[in-house]
Amino acid sequence: MSDVILSVKNLSVEFATEDGVVHAVDNVSYEVKRGQTLAIVGESGSGKSVSSLAVMGLVRSNNATVTGEVHFGGQELVGLDPEEVRKLRGLKMAMIFQDPLSALHPFYTIGEQLIEAVQVHEKVSDGDARARVKTMLDRVGIASAEQRMDEYPHQLSGGMRQRVMIAMALINSPELLIADEPTTALDVTVQAQILELLRDLQKEFGTAIVLITHDLGVVADMADDVMVMYGGQAVEQAPVRELFYQPQMPYTWGLLASIPQMHTSSLKLDPIPGTPPSLINLPVGCVFAPRCTHKDLVAGGLCLTTRPDLGAVSDTHASRCHLNEAQRIEIRRSRNIGKVD
Amino acid sequence: MFPYIIRRVMLMIFMLFVLSVVTFLLFNAVPTDPAMLTCGKTCTPQIVEANRIRLGLDQPLPFQYFEWIKGIFVGRTYGSGTQTFDCSAPCLGYSFKNGEEVTIMIKQALPVTMWLALGAFILWMSFGIGSGIYAANRKGKWQDRTIMAITLIGYSLPVFLIGLMMLIFVIVRAHLLPYPDYVSPFENPLQFLQTMILPWISLAILYAAYYTRLTRSQMLETMSEDFIRTARAKGLPEKRVIRKHAFRAGLTPIVTSAGMDLAGLLGGAVITEYVFSLPGLGRLAIDAVKDYDLPTITATTLVAATFIIIANIVVDVLYAAIDPRVRLS
Repeated sequence: MSDVILSVKNLSVEFATEDGVVHAVDNVSYEVKRGQTLAIVGESGSGKSVSSLAVMGLVRSNNATVTGEVHFGGQELVGLDPEEVRKLRGLKMAMIFQDPLSALHPFYTIGEQLIEAVQVHEKVSDGDARARVKTMLDRVGIASAEQRMDEYPHQLSGGMRQRVMIAMALINSPELLIADEPTTALDVTVQAQILELLRDLQKEFGTAIVLITHDLGVVADMADDVMVMYGGQAVEQAPVRELFYQPQMPYTWGLLASIPQMHTSSLKLDPIPGTPPSLINLPVGCVFAPRCTHKDLVAGGLCLTTRPDLGAVSDTHASRCHLNEAQRIEIRRSRNIGKVD
Repeated sequence: MFPYIIRRVMLMIFMLFVLSVVTFLLFNAVPTDPAMLTCGKTCTPQIVEANRIRLGLDQPLPFQYFEWIKGIFVGRTYGSGTQTFDCSAPCLGYSFKNGEEVTIMIKQALPVTMWLALGAFILWMSFGIGSGIYAANRKGKWQDRTIMAITLIGYSLPVFLIGLMMLIFVIVRAHLLPYPDYVSPFENPLQFLQTMILPWISLAILYAAYYTRLTRSQMLETMSEDFIRTARAKGLPEKRVIRKHAFRAGLTPIVTSAGMDLAGLLGGAVITEYVFSLPGLGRLAIDAVKDYDLPTITATTLVAATFIIIANIVVDVLYAAIDPRVRLS
C-alpha cells in the first residue's frame, strides 16, 4: 500500500455562467500522505473549498466541469461512476464544514443523524449503530452522550456541534478527512480544543487531513505541508517549516506580514493592498501581479504579460514568481519575513 | 409539546368566541328587519310582530346573543305558551325560507362538501408535491420547463372555466359520464364516483398548479442548504437526500398552505358546487345570501370560520411535530 492516500493532478474546476466561464480551480496538483495534514491556505474565492468539494465529488451543479486526476486509495475518482464515488463518501473520505449549525439538519436529533451515517454504509442494527455512535460521541468529548443523542442541533453549543460533526465524519474511520475551515465559526478558546481533538483523532485513526483555512496560526499548529492558493491556482507549495521560514512568493509574504506580531514594536498590520481577482477575467500574467508591490523589480513588465510557472525551489518546495533568488532574499530581509541568514 | 398544544387550544376557544360575536353582530347589522324576512307573500304587520316575538327578536341584543349560543350548546325553544317550537342542540337557528332547522340543512350539505374537498385535496397534494419535487430536481431542464408552463396554465384557468369545459365535453358532448347527481358513497359508490370525479379534477387542477410551484421553490431553497451538503458528504443516496433531508426541511410552508386551503374548501367550494350542482355548503351559503335567509347565512359563516380556526391549530401542532425548534418557544 502506497504512502500517499490522495494524489491530485492538474485538477481544474470551471463553472459556465452567463457572465463567462469561472475558473474556480486552475491546474492544481498536490499529494497527501496517510496520517498527515495538508493545509490549503487562501482568501475567500481562491478556490480552496471548491477544489476539496471536487475531490469529494460534491461539485454537482449542471454548469460545472471537473477535469484532471484525483487518485484516492488506488482509485481514479474523476470520471468514476457517481454512485461509486457516493459509496466512498462518508466511508473512506469524509468532510466537515465551517458552520456546524447550518451543516446539521435542524429537524433530526444528533443520534438520528449519526446513526444514519453508520447505516448508510453498513448493515448494522439500530441498537448496534446507537452503541457505536455513543462510543464515538464519548471519544470526541461530548459529556452524557446518551442523553445528547436525543437532542437537536439547536440545543447544543457551537463547539459541541462541531464535535458532533467530527464524530459523524470519523465514525466509519475514513482514510481522508477534509476539514473546510472547521474552527472559523467558533470561539477562540473552543477553536483550540477542536484543533487538539482533530490532532488526537488523527493520531488514533491514522487519518489524512486536508485542512482548508485562512488562518496561518492554525496552519502552523496542524499542518505537515502547505499549499497556498490564489485566484484558483496553487502559488506556493512547501512543507510547513519551509513555508514559514523560506517563503518564496510575494502573496505568501503578504499573508505572513498581515499576521499580528506580539514581539515587534510596530503596531500597524501590513495588509495586502487591493482585492482578489475576478475568476472570470484572470490577469494574463501572474494572477497576483495587479496586487504585487514587487512586480517593478522584474524587467520588462514580465509579471503582467507572462504567467510564471510553479517552479521548484527545492525538492519539496515550489512557487510561482518571476523574482530571482537574490531579489527574494533582499526583499524578505528588508520586510523581515521568514528566516534570512 | 403538551403545554404548547394547551396554549393553542385556549387561543382557539377565545377566537371562536370573538368569531361568534362578530357573526352575530353581522346578522343584526343587515339593513333589513329580520322579522320582515320571516313571512311570505301574505304578510301582515300582525304576523311580522308575532314572528318577532316568537324568534326572540324583540329582546335586547346581549340576550339574543346568549340565546343563540345557548341554542348551539344545549338547544333552545322558540316562542312561548302553546305555540312553542323546540330546536335541539346544536341549534343554529330556524330558516323560514326553507321551513327547516338550519342544523339539518347543514348536516345534509356538509358531507357533500367534505367529500369534494377531501378528494380534491388528496389529488392535488399528490400531484402537486410529486411534480414539484420532480421539477426541482431537473431545474432548468426541459422537464422542469414543461411542468412550469403547464402549472402556469393550470394556475391561470378559473375553476368555472375548467369545470364548465369538462362538463360540456365529457358529459354533454361525449357522454362519458352521466349527469352529476350526488348520492352518498355509502348508498351508491359508483354513482358517487361518477358524480365526483370531474369536480375533484377541476378543483385539483388549480391547487395542484399552486402546490407544484410551492414545492418546487421550497425544494430549490432547501437543496442549497449546508445540511444537504452534509447529507451528501455522508454518502447518502440522492433519493434519500431529497426525501428525508430536503423535503422535510421544506415541508412547513407546504403544510401551512395545505391546512388553510383544505379548511377554506370545507367551508364550501362555491363555484365547483354550483357548476356540478352539488348540494354542498357553498351552494347552501350562496342560496341563503340570494334569499336573504339570515339564520342560514350566519350558520354557514360560523361553520366555515370554525373550519379555518381548527385548521389553524392543526397546522400549529403539525408545525411543532415537524420542527423541534418550535416546541421550545
